Amino acid sequence: MTATTLPPGPARTTVHKVTGRRVLRSEWAKFWSLRSSWITLAVALLLLIALGSIASATYSPDAVANQGPPGPGSGDSDAVSLALLGVTFASLAVGVLGVLISAGEYSTGMIRSTLAAVPRRLLVLWSKSAVFGVVAFVLATIGALAAFQLGTLGLHGQKIALTMGDDGVLRSLVGAGLYLGLVGVFGVALGVVLRSSAGAIAVLVGVLLILPGLATLLPDSWEDSVTPYLPSNAGSAIYALHEASNSLSPWAGLAVFAGWVALTLAGAAGRLARTDA
Amino acid sequence: MIEARELTKRYGDKTVVDHLSFTVKPGEVTGFLGPNGAGKSTTMRMIIGLDFPTGGSVTVNGRAYGKHAAPLHEIGSLLEAKSVHPGRTAFNHLMALAYTHGIARSRVDEVIELAGLTSVAGKRVGAFSLGMGQRLGIAAALLGDPAIVMLDEPVNGLDPEGVLWVRNLLRQLADEGRAVMLSSHLMSETALIADHLVIIGRGRLLADTTVDDFTQAAGGGGVKVASIEARKLRSLLAGPDVTISSSSAEELVVSGRDAHEIGAIAAQHGVALYELTPQSVSLETAFMELTSDAVEYHSAPVDASRKAA
Repeated sequence: MTATTLPPGPARTTVHKVTGRRVLRSEWAKFWSLRSSWITLAVALLLLIALGSIASATYSPDAVANQGPPGPGSGDSDAVSLALLGVTFASLAVGVLGVLISAGEYSTGMIRSTLAAVPRRLLVLWSKSAVFGVVAFVLATIGALAAFQLGTLGLHGQKIALTMGDDGVLRSLVGAGLYLGLVGVFGVALGVVLRSSAGAIAVLVGVLLILPGLATLLPDSWEDSVTPYLPSNAGSAIYALHEASNSLSPWAGLAVFAGWVALTLAGAAGRLARTDA
Repeated sequence: MIEARELTKRYGDKTVVDHLSFTVKPGEVTGFLGPNGAGKSTTMRMIIGLDFPTGGSVTVNGRAYGKHAAPLHEIGSLLEAKSVHPGRTAFNHLMALAYTHGIARSRVDEVIELAGLTSVAGKRVGAFSLGMGQRLGIAAALLGDPAIVMLDEPVNGLDPEGVLWVRNLLRQLADEGRAVMLSSHLMSETALIADHLVIIGRGRLLADTTVDDFTQAAGGGGVKVASIEARKLRSLLAGPDVTISSSSAEELVVSGRDAHEIGAIAAQHGVALYELTPQSVSLETAFMELTSDAVEYHSAPVDASRKAA
Protein backbone atom coordinates (compact mmCIF):
# COMPACT_ATOMS: atom_id res chain seq x y z
CA MET A 1 0.00 0.00 0.00
CA THR A 2 1.44 3.31 -0.95
CA ALA A 3 0.39 6.67 0.27
CA THR A 4 -0.48 9.21 -2.37
CA THR A 5 -1.30 12.83 -2.17
CA LEU A 6 -4.83 14.10 -2.22
CA PRO A 7 -6.20 14.60 -5.69
CA PRO A 8 -8.53 17.53 -6.08
CA GLY A 9 -12.05 16.52 -5.10
CA PRO A 10 -15.06 16.97 -7.33
CA ALA A 11 -16.05 20.54 -7.94
CA ARG A 12 -18.31 21.73 -5.17
CA THR A 13 -21.02 22.44 -7.71
CA THR A 14 -21.75 18.74 -8.17
CA VAL A 15 -23.27 18.39 -4.70
CA HIS A 16 -26.46 16.34 -4.83
CA LYS A 17 -29.06 16.10 -2.10
CA VAL A 18 -29.92 12.85 -0.39
CA THR A 19 -33.27 11.79 -1.85
CA GLY A 20 -35.52 8.77 -1.49
CA ARG A 21 -34.52 7.63 -4.96
CA ARG A 22 -30.81 7.80 -4.11
CA VAL A 23 -31.30 5.94 -0.83
CA LEU A 24 -33.25 3.26 -2.72
CA ARG A 25 -30.38 2.99 -5.16
CA SER A 26 -27.95 2.62 -2.28
CA GLU A 27 -30.02 -0.03 -0.51
CA TRP A 28 -30.42 -1.90 -3.80
CA ALA A 29 -26.63 -1.92 -4.24
CA LYS A 30 -26.12 -2.96 -0.61
CA PHE A 31 -28.56 -5.85 -0.97
CA TRP A 32 -26.94 -7.36 -4.03
CA SER A 33 -23.35 -6.80 -2.85
CA LEU A 34 -23.64 -9.35 -0.04
CA ARG A 35 -23.13 -13.02 -0.69
CA SER A 36 -25.70 -13.95 1.96
CA SER A 37 -28.46 -12.31 -0.11
CA TRP A 38 -27.75 -14.48 -3.14
CA ILE A 39 -27.39 -17.67 -1.12
CA THR A 40 -30.52 -17.19 0.96
CA LEU A 41 -32.62 -16.18 -2.04
CA ALA A 42 -31.40 -19.26 -3.90
CA VAL A 43 -32.30 -21.45 -0.93
CA ALA A 44 -35.78 -19.92 -0.73
CA LEU A 45 -36.39 -20.44 -4.45
CA LEU A 46 -35.06 -23.97 -4.31
CA LEU A 47 -37.34 -24.86 -1.39
CA LEU A 48 -40.31 -23.32 -3.13
CA ILE A 49 -39.79 -25.03 -6.46
CA ALA A 50 -38.32 -28.36 -5.36
CA LEU A 51 -40.80 -29.14 -2.56
CA GLY A 52 -43.76 -28.16 -4.75
CA SER A 53 -42.71 -30.26 -7.70
CA ILE A 54 -41.74 -33.23 -5.56
CA ALA A 55 -45.08 -33.17 -3.73
CA SER A 56 -46.91 -33.02 -7.06
CA ALA A 57 -44.79 -35.75 -8.64
CA THR A 58 -45.29 -38.15 -5.75
CA TYR A 59 -49.03 -37.47 -5.42
CA SER A 60 -51.20 -40.55 -5.31
CA PRO A 61 -55.01 -40.43 -5.06
CA ASP A 62 -54.96 -43.82 -3.33
CA ALA A 63 -53.01 -42.56 -0.36
CA VAL A 64 -56.20 -41.49 1.35
CA ALA A 65 -57.41 -45.11 1.32
CA ASN A 66 -54.48 -46.20 3.46
CA GLN A 67 -56.00 -44.43 6.45
CA GLY A 68 -52.69 -42.64 6.88
CA PRO A 69 -52.61 -39.22 8.44
CA PRO A 70 -53.68 -36.58 5.97
CA GLY A 71 -50.69 -34.75 4.67
CA PRO A 72 -48.90 -33.82 1.51
CA GLY A 73 -49.78 -36.18 -1.26
CA SER A 74 -52.91 -37.48 0.38
CA GLY A 75 -56.22 -37.55 -1.40
CA ASP A 76 -57.77 -34.27 -0.26
CA SER A 77 -55.02 -32.11 -1.76
CA ASP A 78 -55.47 -29.83 -4.71
CA ALA A 79 -52.89 -29.00 -7.33
CA VAL A 80 -52.20 -25.56 -5.84
CA SER A 81 -51.65 -26.71 -2.27
CA LEU A 82 -49.24 -29.35 -3.53
CA ALA A 83 -47.33 -26.86 -5.65
CA LEU A 84 -47.14 -24.40 -2.74
CA LEU A 85 -46.02 -26.92 -0.14
CA GLY A 86 -42.69 -25.12 0.08
CA VAL A 87 -44.13 -21.72 1.04
CA THR A 88 -43.77 -22.27 4.79
CA PHE A 89 -40.13 -23.28 4.42
CA ALA A 90 -39.40 -20.52 1.94
CA SER A 91 -41.03 -18.04 4.33
CA LEU A 92 -38.37 -18.90 6.92
CA ALA A 93 -35.55 -18.29 4.46
CA VAL A 94 -37.09 -15.03 3.24
CA GLY A 95 -37.88 -13.82 6.76
CA VAL A 96 -34.37 -14.61 7.98
CA LEU A 97 -32.86 -12.73 5.04
CA GLY A 98 -35.07 -9.75 5.89
CA VAL A 99 -33.73 -9.84 9.45
CA LEU A 100 -30.12 -10.09 8.23
CA ILE A 101 -30.57 -7.04 5.99
CA SER A 102 -31.53 -4.81 8.90
CA ALA A 103 -30.24 -6.39 12.12
CA GLY A 104 -27.03 -7.29 10.28
CA GLU A 105 -26.26 -3.58 10.00
CA TYR A 106 -26.43 -3.26 13.77
CA SER A 107 -24.29 -6.31 14.52
CA THR A 108 -21.56 -5.22 12.08
CA GLY A 109 -21.65 -1.48 12.85
CA MET A 110 -22.60 -0.66 9.25
CA ILE A 111 -25.64 1.17 10.60
CA ARG A 112 -23.35 4.02 11.73
CA SER A 113 -22.11 4.56 8.18
CA THR A 114 -25.64 4.22 6.84
CA LEU A 115 -27.22 6.73 9.21
CA ALA A 116 -24.31 9.16 8.90
CA ALA A 117 -24.95 9.22 5.15
CA VAL A 118 -28.73 9.38 5.55
CA PRO A 119 -29.66 11.31 8.69
CA ARG A 120 -33.34 11.16 7.72
CA ARG A 121 -33.39 7.68 9.15
CA LEU A 122 -36.86 6.60 8.09
CA LEU A 123 -35.76 6.84 4.44
CA VAL A 124 -33.43 3.94 5.22
CA LEU A 125 -36.24 1.82 6.70
CA TRP A 126 -38.63 2.49 3.82
CA SER A 127 -35.93 1.83 1.23
CA LYS A 128 -34.76 -1.40 2.83
CA SER A 129 -38.36 -2.63 3.09
CA ALA A 130 -39.21 -1.62 -0.47
CA VAL A 131 -36.10 -3.14 -2.01
CA PHE A 132 -36.41 -6.45 -0.25
CA GLY A 133 -40.22 -6.61 -0.32
CA VAL A 134 -40.24 -6.19 -4.10
CA VAL A 135 -37.31 -8.55 -4.69
CA ALA A 136 -38.91 -11.24 -2.50
CA PHE A 137 -42.32 -10.74 -4.13
CA VAL A 138 -41.00 -11.00 -7.68
CA LEU A 139 -38.78 -14.01 -7.05
CA ALA A 140 -41.35 -15.84 -4.92
CA THR A 141 -44.02 -15.31 -7.57
CA ILE A 142 -41.71 -16.69 -10.23
CA GLY A 143 -40.93 -19.60 -7.90
CA ALA A 144 -44.60 -20.32 -7.21
CA LEU A 145 -45.47 -20.23 -10.91
CA ALA A 146 -42.53 -22.52 -11.68
CA ALA A 147 -43.50 -24.94 -8.91
CA PHE A 148 -47.05 -25.09 -10.28
CA GLN A 149 -45.94 -25.61 -13.86
CA LEU A 150 -43.49 -28.33 -12.89
CA GLY A 151 -46.22 -29.81 -10.70
CA THR A 152 -48.67 -30.10 -13.58
CA LEU A 153 -46.19 -32.43 -15.26
CA GLY A 154 -46.33 -34.72 -12.23
CA LEU A 155 -50.12 -34.50 -11.99
CA HIS A 156 -50.73 -35.16 -15.67
CA GLY A 157 -53.90 -37.20 -16.06
CA GLN A 158 -54.81 -36.99 -12.36
CA LYS A 159 -58.29 -35.93 -11.34
CA ILE A 160 -57.02 -32.97 -9.31
CA ALA A 161 -54.86 -31.54 -12.10
CA LEU A 162 -55.51 -27.85 -12.78
CA THR A 163 -54.31 -25.33 -15.29
CA MET A 164 -53.19 -21.76 -14.78
CA GLY A 165 -56.48 -20.51 -16.21
CA ASP A 166 -58.64 -22.30 -13.64
CA ASP A 167 -60.53 -20.32 -11.05
CA GLY A 168 -58.34 -18.98 -8.24
CA VAL A 169 -55.11 -20.61 -9.42
CA LEU A 170 -53.33 -17.49 -10.56
CA ARG A 171 -54.59 -15.59 -7.51
CA SER A 172 -53.15 -18.28 -5.21
CA LEU A 173 -49.79 -18.41 -6.96
CA VAL A 174 -49.31 -14.63 -7.06
CA GLY A 175 -50.73 -14.61 -3.53
CA ALA A 176 -47.86 -16.83 -2.40
CA GLY A 177 -45.51 -14.22 -3.87
CA LEU A 178 -47.34 -11.42 -2.06
CA TYR A 179 -47.24 -13.36 1.21
CA LEU A 180 -43.51 -14.00 0.94
CA GLY A 181 -42.85 -10.39 -0.05
CA LEU A 182 -44.65 -9.27 3.11
CA VAL A 183 -42.77 -11.85 5.20
CA GLY A 184 -39.56 -10.27 3.91
CA VAL A 185 -40.69 -6.82 5.04
CA PHE A 186 -41.77 -8.32 8.37
CA GLY A 187 -38.20 -9.65 8.82
CA VAL A 188 -36.67 -6.25 7.99
CA ALA A 189 -38.96 -4.52 10.50
CA LEU A 190 -38.29 -7.09 13.25
CA GLY A 191 -34.55 -6.64 12.72
CA VAL A 192 -34.85 -2.87 13.23
CA VAL A 193 -37.04 -3.27 16.31
CA LEU A 194 -34.77 -5.82 18.02
CA ARG A 195 -31.37 -4.87 16.49
CA SER A 196 -30.18 -8.42 17.01
CA SER A 197 -30.18 -11.10 14.33
CA ALA A 198 -30.61 -13.97 16.78
CA GLY A 199 -33.43 -12.29 18.69
CA ALA A 200 -35.29 -11.20 15.59
CA ILE A 201 -35.01 -14.63 13.95
CA ALA A 202 -36.34 -16.24 17.14
CA VAL A 203 -39.34 -13.92 17.17
CA LEU A 204 -39.90 -14.47 13.45
CA VAL A 205 -39.98 -18.26 13.84
CA GLY A 206 -42.12 -17.97 16.94
CA VAL A 207 -44.71 -15.76 15.29
CA LEU A 208 -44.91 -17.52 11.94
CA LEU A 209 -44.53 -21.16 12.96
CA ILE A 210 -45.06 -21.68 16.66
CA LEU A 211 -47.89 -19.27 17.41
CA PRO A 212 -50.48 -21.12 15.24
CA GLY A 213 -49.61 -24.35 17.08
CA LEU A 214 -49.92 -22.69 20.48
CA ALA A 215 -53.31 -21.31 19.52
CA THR A 216 -54.73 -24.85 19.35
CA LEU A 217 -54.27 -24.99 23.14
CA LEU A 218 -56.86 -22.24 23.57
CA PRO A 219 -60.44 -23.18 24.48
CA ASP A 220 -62.45 -23.99 21.34
CA SER A 221 -64.63 -20.88 21.45
CA TRP A 222 -61.53 -18.65 21.64
CA GLU A 223 -59.59 -20.65 19.15
CA ASP A 224 -62.18 -20.10 16.44
CA SER A 225 -62.16 -16.35 16.87
CA VAL A 226 -58.39 -15.90 17.36
CA THR A 227 -56.71 -18.44 15.10
CA PRO A 228 -57.68 -17.02 11.70
CA TYR A 229 -56.20 -13.65 12.62
CA LEU A 230 -52.75 -14.90 13.60
CA PRO A 231 -50.17 -13.55 11.13
CA SER A 232 -49.23 -16.71 9.25
CA ASN A 233 -52.77 -18.13 9.33
CA ALA A 234 -54.23 -14.91 7.95
CA GLY A 235 -51.49 -14.69 5.35
CA SER A 236 -51.96 -18.27 4.18
CA ALA A 237 -55.52 -17.50 3.07
CA ILE A 238 -54.22 -15.62 0.03
CA TYR A 239 -52.40 -18.65 -1.37
CA ALA A 240 -55.03 -21.31 -0.56
CA LEU A 241 -57.15 -22.33 -3.55
CA HIS A 242 -60.19 -23.13 -1.44
CA GLU A 243 -61.23 -21.12 1.57
CA ALA A 244 -60.98 -23.42 4.61
CA SER A 245 -63.91 -23.54 7.01
CA ASN A 246 -62.06 -21.71 9.79
CA SER A 247 -60.23 -19.16 7.71
CA LEU A 248 -60.55 -15.65 6.36
CA SER A 249 -61.29 -14.96 2.72
CA PRO A 250 -58.13 -14.60 0.58
CA TRP A 251 -58.02 -10.82 0.39
CA ALA A 252 -59.22 -10.27 3.97
CA GLY A 253 -56.48 -12.64 5.11
CA LEU A 254 -53.85 -10.78 3.13
CA ALA A 255 -55.10 -7.48 4.55
CA VAL A 256 -54.87 -8.79 8.12
CA PHE A 257 -51.34 -10.06 7.53
CA ALA A 258 -50.38 -6.76 5.92
CA GLY A 259 -51.79 -5.09 9.03
CA TRP A 260 -49.46 -7.10 11.26
CA VAL A 261 -46.52 -6.17 9.05
CA ALA A 262 -47.54 -2.49 9.09
CA LEU A 263 -47.75 -2.59 12.88
CA THR A 264 -44.24 -4.04 13.13
CA LEU A 265 -42.96 -1.45 10.65
CA ALA A 266 -44.48 1.30 12.78
CA GLY A 267 -42.65 -0.08 15.80
CA ALA A 268 -39.44 -0.20 13.79
CA ALA A 269 -39.92 3.40 12.62
CA GLY A 270 -40.45 4.56 16.21
CA ARG A 271 -37.37 2.78 17.49
CA LEU A 272 -35.20 3.90 14.59
CA ALA A 273 -36.20 7.55 14.67
CA ARG A 274 -36.14 8.10 18.43
CA THR A 275 -33.28 6.12 19.87
CA ASP A 276 -29.50 6.39 19.60
CA ALA A 277 -28.06 4.33 16.78
CA MET B 1 -16.83 24.50 11.65
CA ILE B 2 -18.17 22.43 14.53
CA GLU B 3 -19.68 24.26 17.47
CA ALA B 4 -20.69 22.43 20.63
CA ARG B 5 -22.61 24.42 23.22
CA GLU B 6 -23.26 22.97 26.67
CA LEU B 7 -23.44 19.55 25.04
CA THR B 8 -24.59 16.94 27.54
CA LYS B 9 -25.28 13.22 27.35
CA ARG B 10 -26.58 11.09 30.19
CA TYR B 11 -27.25 7.38 30.27
CA GLY B 12 -29.46 6.82 33.29
CA ASP B 13 -27.65 8.56 36.14
CA LYS B 14 -24.24 8.36 34.46
CA THR B 15 -23.20 11.60 32.79
CA VAL B 16 -20.88 10.80 29.91
CA VAL B 17 -20.66 14.27 28.38
CA ASP B 18 -21.11 17.15 30.78
CA HIS B 19 -21.90 20.67 29.50
CA LEU B 20 -19.17 20.53 26.92
CA SER B 21 -18.53 23.62 24.78
CA PHE B 22 -15.83 23.91 22.13
CA THR B 23 -15.29 25.01 18.55
CA VAL B 24 -13.44 23.29 15.74
CA LYS B 25 -12.29 25.96 13.30
CA PRO B 26 -11.51 25.72 9.60
CA GLY B 27 -7.87 25.67 8.56
CA GLU B 28 -6.79 24.03 11.80
CA VAL B 29 -6.23 20.55 13.11
CA THR B 30 -8.00 20.28 16.44
CA GLY B 31 -6.88 17.45 18.69
CA PHE B 32 -9.67 16.06 20.85
CA LEU B 33 -7.95 14.47 23.79
CA GLY B 34 -8.97 12.57 26.85
CA PRO B 35 -8.34 9.32 28.65
CA ASN B 36 -10.40 6.26 27.75
CA GLY B 37 -14.00 6.72 28.77
CA ALA B 38 -13.75 10.52 28.78
CA GLY B 39 -16.67 10.85 26.37
CA LYS B 40 -14.79 11.50 23.12
CA SER B 41 -16.58 8.92 21.02
CA THR B 42 -19.99 9.82 22.44
CA THR B 43 -19.34 13.48 21.60
CA MET B 44 -18.38 12.56 18.05
CA ARG B 45 -21.47 10.38 17.67
CA MET B 46 -23.61 13.33 18.75
CA ILE B 47 -21.88 15.60 16.22
CA ILE B 48 -23.00 13.39 13.34
CA GLY B 49 -26.45 12.75 14.77
CA LEU B 50 -26.06 9.10 15.71
CA ASP B 51 -26.75 9.80 19.38
CA PHE B 52 -29.17 12.44 20.58
CA PRO B 53 -27.89 14.92 23.21
CA THR B 54 -29.65 14.96 26.56
CA GLY B 55 -28.97 18.69 26.73
CA GLY B 56 -27.21 21.45 24.83
CA SER B 57 -26.57 21.38 21.13
CA VAL B 58 -23.93 20.85 18.51
CA THR B 59 -23.91 22.24 15.00
CA VAL B 60 -21.95 21.41 11.88
CA ASN B 61 -21.36 24.39 9.59
CA GLY B 62 -24.10 26.25 11.44
CA ARG B 63 -26.78 23.57 11.40
CA ALA B 64 -27.67 20.39 13.22
CA TYR B 65 -26.23 17.47 11.27
CA GLY B 66 -29.62 16.02 10.42
CA LYS B 67 -30.75 19.29 8.82
CA HIS B 68 -28.17 19.08 6.06
CA ALA B 69 -29.50 17.95 2.69
CA ALA B 70 -26.16 16.39 1.72
CA PRO B 71 -24.28 15.76 5.00
CA LEU B 72 -21.35 13.81 3.51
CA HIS B 73 -20.29 17.00 1.73
CA GLU B 74 -20.32 18.93 5.02
CA ILE B 75 -18.45 16.53 7.26
CA GLY B 76 -16.75 13.22 6.67
CA SER B 77 -16.19 11.02 9.67
CA LEU B 78 -14.37 7.93 10.78
CA LEU B 79 -15.70 6.46 14.00
CA GLU B 80 -13.54 4.42 16.31
CA ALA B 81 -15.39 1.14 15.97
CA LYS B 82 -15.57 -0.49 12.57
CA SER B 83 -18.64 0.77 10.76
CA VAL B 84 -18.53 -1.53 7.77
CA HIS B 85 -20.25 -4.78 6.84
CA PRO B 86 -17.43 -7.36 6.65
CA GLY B 87 -19.14 -9.25 3.83
CA ARG B 88 -18.96 -6.35 1.40
CA THR B 89 -15.92 -5.39 -0.66
CA ALA B 90 -14.23 -2.07 0.02
CA PHE B 91 -15.38 -0.75 -3.35
CA ASN B 92 -18.99 -1.82 -2.83
CA HIS B 93 -19.03 -0.30 0.64
CA LEU B 94 -17.88 3.07 -0.66
CA MET B 95 -20.16 2.83 -3.68
CA ALA B 96 -23.20 2.18 -1.45
CA LEU B 97 -22.39 5.36 0.49
CA ALA B 98 -21.74 7.26 -2.74
CA TYR B 99 -25.16 6.36 -4.17
CA THR B 100 -26.94 8.14 -1.32
CA HIS B 101 -25.38 11.43 -2.44
CA GLY B 102 -25.20 10.77 -6.16
CA ILE B 103 -21.40 10.80 -5.92
CA ALA B 104 -19.73 9.56 -9.11
CA ARG B 105 -17.92 6.27 -9.35
CA SER B 106 -14.78 8.16 -10.35
CA ARG B 107 -14.67 9.83 -6.93
CA VAL B 108 -14.93 6.39 -5.27
CA ASP B 109 -11.93 5.22 -7.31
CA GLU B 110 -10.14 8.42 -6.35
CA VAL B 111 -10.50 7.98 -2.59
CA ILE B 112 -9.58 4.29 -2.90
CA GLU B 113 -6.35 5.31 -4.59
CA LEU B 114 -5.76 8.10 -2.11
CA ALA B 115 -6.09 5.66 0.79
CA GLY B 116 -3.73 3.23 -0.89
CA LEU B 117 -6.41 0.53 -1.17
CA THR B 118 -6.39 0.04 -4.94
CA SER B 119 -4.98 -3.48 -4.77
CA VAL B 120 -7.54 -4.65 -2.20
CA ALA B 121 -10.61 -2.70 -3.33
CA GLY B 122 -12.26 -5.90 -4.58
CA LYS B 123 -11.58 -7.80 -1.37
CA ARG B 124 -14.19 -8.33 1.30
CA VAL B 125 -13.64 -6.05 4.27
CA GLY B 126 -13.80 -8.94 6.74
CA ALA B 127 -10.34 -10.00 5.56
CA PHE B 128 -8.84 -6.55 6.19
CA SER B 129 -6.25 -5.86 8.85
CA LEU B 130 -6.97 -3.15 11.41
CA GLY B 131 -4.79 -0.72 9.48
CA MET B 132 -6.53 -1.41 6.17
CA GLY B 133 -9.88 -0.97 7.91
CA GLN B 134 -8.69 2.45 9.14
CA ARG B 135 -7.65 3.41 5.63
CA LEU B 136 -11.07 2.38 4.32
CA GLY B 137 -12.70 4.48 7.05
CA ILE B 138 -10.59 7.48 6.05
CA ALA B 139 -11.46 6.90 2.38
CA ALA B 140 -15.15 6.93 3.36
CA ALA B 141 -14.66 10.14 5.35
CA LEU B 142 -13.15 11.89 2.31
CA LEU B 143 -15.74 10.57 -0.15
CA GLY B 144 -17.85 13.71 -0.19
CA ASP B 145 -14.84 16.06 -0.33
CA PRO B 146 -16.16 17.54 2.92
CA ALA B 147 -15.39 20.89 4.51
CA ILE B 148 -14.86 19.16 7.85
CA VAL B 149 -13.05 15.90 8.50
CA MET B 150 -13.59 14.20 11.86
CA LEU B 151 -11.58 11.12 12.74
CA ASP B 152 -11.83 9.05 15.90
CA GLU B 153 -8.42 7.54 16.77
CA PRO B 154 -7.30 7.49 13.13
CA VAL B 155 -3.81 6.13 13.71
CA ASN B 156 -5.01 3.11 15.69
CA GLY B 157 -3.58 -0.01 14.12
CA LEU B 158 -1.62 1.82 11.45
CA ASP B 159 2.00 0.97 10.76
CA PRO B 160 4.59 3.80 11.00
CA GLU B 161 4.23 4.56 7.29
CA GLY B 162 0.47 4.78 7.76
CA VAL B 163 0.83 7.06 10.76
CA LEU B 164 3.03 9.40 8.75
CA TRP B 165 0.52 9.28 5.89
CA VAL B 166 -2.35 10.28 8.20
CA ARG B 167 -0.26 13.07 9.70
CA ASN B 168 0.57 14.54 6.29
CA LEU B 169 -2.95 14.04 5.00
CA LEU B 170 -4.53 15.87 7.94
CA ARG B 171 -2.01 18.70 7.66
CA GLN B 172 -2.81 19.03 3.99
CA LEU B 173 -6.57 18.98 4.59
CA ALA B 174 -6.21 21.76 7.15
CA ASP B 175 -3.95 23.76 4.84
CA GLU B 176 -6.66 23.53 2.19
CA GLY B 177 -8.87 25.39 4.65
CA ARG B 178 -10.84 22.46 6.00
CA ALA B 179 -11.62 21.97 9.67
CA VAL B 180 -9.97 18.81 10.94
CA MET B 181 -10.86 17.17 14.24
CA LEU B 182 -9.13 14.08 15.47
CA SER B 183 -9.51 12.31 18.74
CA SER B 184 -6.77 10.48 20.58
CA HIS B 185 -5.75 9.40 24.03
CA LEU B 186 -2.09 9.96 23.17
CA MET B 187 -0.82 13.48 23.82
CA SER B 188 2.58 13.06 22.20
CA GLU B 189 1.08 11.76 18.96
CA THR B 190 -1.54 14.49 18.84
CA ALA B 191 0.94 17.29 19.55
CA LEU B 192 2.73 16.35 16.33
CA ILE B 193 -0.40 16.82 14.22
CA ALA B 194 -2.65 19.29 15.96
CA ASP B 195 -2.69 23.09 16.17
CA HIS B 196 -5.39 23.32 18.75
CA LEU B 197 -6.24 21.08 21.70
CA VAL B 198 -9.56 20.34 23.32
CA ILE B 199 -8.90 18.17 26.35
CA ILE B 200 -11.73 16.49 28.22
CA GLY B 201 -12.02 14.19 31.18
CA ARG B 202 -15.18 12.58 32.54
CA GLY B 203 -17.11 14.42 29.88
CA ARG B 204 -15.97 17.86 31.10
CA LEU B 205 -13.78 20.37 29.34
CA LEU B 206 -10.36 20.45 31.04
CA ALA B 207 -8.45 22.61 28.59
CA ASP B 208 -9.11 24.46 25.36
CA THR B 209 -5.74 25.71 24.24
CA THR B 210 -3.16 25.71 21.47
CA VAL B 211 -0.46 23.10 21.26
CA ASP B 212 2.20 25.83 21.64
CA ASP B 213 0.66 27.18 24.83
CA PHE B 214 0.23 23.73 26.24
CA THR B 215 3.83 22.85 25.45
CA GLN B 216 5.10 26.07 27.00
CA ALA B 217 3.05 25.57 30.14
CA ALA B 218 4.26 22.02 30.36
CA GLY B 219 7.86 23.19 30.12
CA GLY B 220 7.56 25.47 33.19
CA GLY B 221 8.82 22.91 35.64
CA GLY B 222 11.55 25.10 37.16
CA VAL B 223 15.27 24.48 37.35
CA LYS B 224 16.93 22.05 39.69
CA VAL B 225 20.15 23.33 41.27
CA ALA B 226 22.46 21.39 43.54
CA SER B 227 25.26 22.96 45.54
CA ILE B 228 27.01 22.40 48.85
CA GLU B 229 26.23 26.05 49.62
CA ALA B 230 22.54 25.69 48.90
CA ARG B 231 21.58 28.02 51.73
CA LYS B 232 23.75 30.86 50.51
CA LEU B 233 22.54 30.30 46.95
CA ARG B 234 18.95 30.45 48.08
CA SER B 235 19.28 33.96 49.40
CA LEU B 236 21.23 35.06 46.33
CA LEU B 237 18.54 33.81 43.97
CA ALA B 238 15.61 35.23 45.88
CA GLY B 239 13.58 37.85 44.07
CA PRO B 240 10.04 39.15 43.66
CA ASP B 241 8.84 36.60 41.07
CA VAL B 242 11.03 33.76 42.19
CA THR B 243 9.89 30.79 44.18
CA ILE B 244 12.36 28.34 45.57
CA SER B 245 11.67 25.03 47.14
CA SER B 246 14.07 22.38 48.33
CA SER B 247 13.76 18.68 48.70
CA SER B 248 17.07 18.10 50.49
CA ALA B 249 19.79 20.18 52.16
CA GLU B 250 21.84 20.59 49.01
CA GLU B 251 19.10 20.80 46.37
CA LEU B 252 16.85 23.63 45.23
CA VAL B 253 14.10 23.81 42.68
CA VAL B 254 13.88 27.33 41.33
CA SER B 255 11.12 28.76 39.24
CA GLY B 256 11.15 32.32 37.96
CA ARG B 257 14.79 32.26 36.86
CA ASP B 258 16.16 30.17 34.01
CA ALA B 259 19.32 28.07 34.14
CA HIS B 260 21.28 30.82 32.43
CA GLU B 261 20.62 33.39 35.13
CA ILE B 262 21.15 30.96 37.96
CA GLY B 263 24.53 29.89 36.59
CA ALA B 264 25.60 33.52 36.14
CA ILE B 265 24.57 34.51 39.66
CA ALA B 266 26.32 31.51 41.19
CA ALA B 267 29.54 32.21 39.29
CA GLN B 268 29.44 35.89 40.23
CA HIS B 269 29.33 34.97 43.91
CA GLY B 270 31.73 32.07 43.68
CA VAL B 271 29.22 29.39 44.57
CA ALA B 272 30.16 26.01 43.12
CA LEU B 273 27.29 24.10 41.51
CA TYR B 274 27.36 20.40 40.84
CA GLU B 275 24.01 20.20 39.10
CA LEU B 276 21.94 22.65 37.04
CA THR B 277 19.02 21.03 35.23
CA PRO B 278 15.91 22.58 33.66
CA GLN B 279 12.99 20.45 34.78
CA SER B 280 11.13 19.87 31.54
CA VAL B 281 7.86 18.06 32.03
CA SER B 282 6.99 15.85 29.10
CA LEU B 283 3.75 16.55 27.26
CA GLU B 284 2.51 13.13 28.25
CA THR B 285 3.19 13.83 31.93
CA ALA B 286 1.50 17.20 31.73
CA PHE B 287 -1.48 15.58 30.05
CA MET B 288 -1.66 12.87 32.68
CA GLU B 289 -1.45 15.44 35.47
CA LEU B 290 -4.27 17.40 33.87
CA THR B 291 -6.50 14.39 33.48
CA SER B 292 -5.47 12.37 36.53
CA ASP B 293 -8.62 13.26 38.44
CA ALA B 294 -10.71 12.37 35.47
CA VAL B 295 -9.34 8.98 34.58
CA GLU B 296 -12.04 6.37 34.47
CA TYR B 297 -9.88 3.32 35.03
CA HIS B 298 -6.82 3.74 37.23
CA SER B 299 -4.32 0.95 37.02
CA ALA B 300 -2.84 -0.31 40.26
CA PRO B 301 0.83 0.52 40.91
CA VAL B 302 3.08 -2.13 39.46
CA ASP B 303 4.21 -3.61 42.77
CA ALA B 304 0.66 -3.78 44.08
CA SER B 305 -0.50 -5.74 41.08
CA ARG B 306 2.47 -8.00 41.42
CA LYS B 307 1.52 -8.73 45.00
CA ALA B 308 -2.02 -9.50 43.97
CA ALA B 309 -0.78 -11.94 41.34
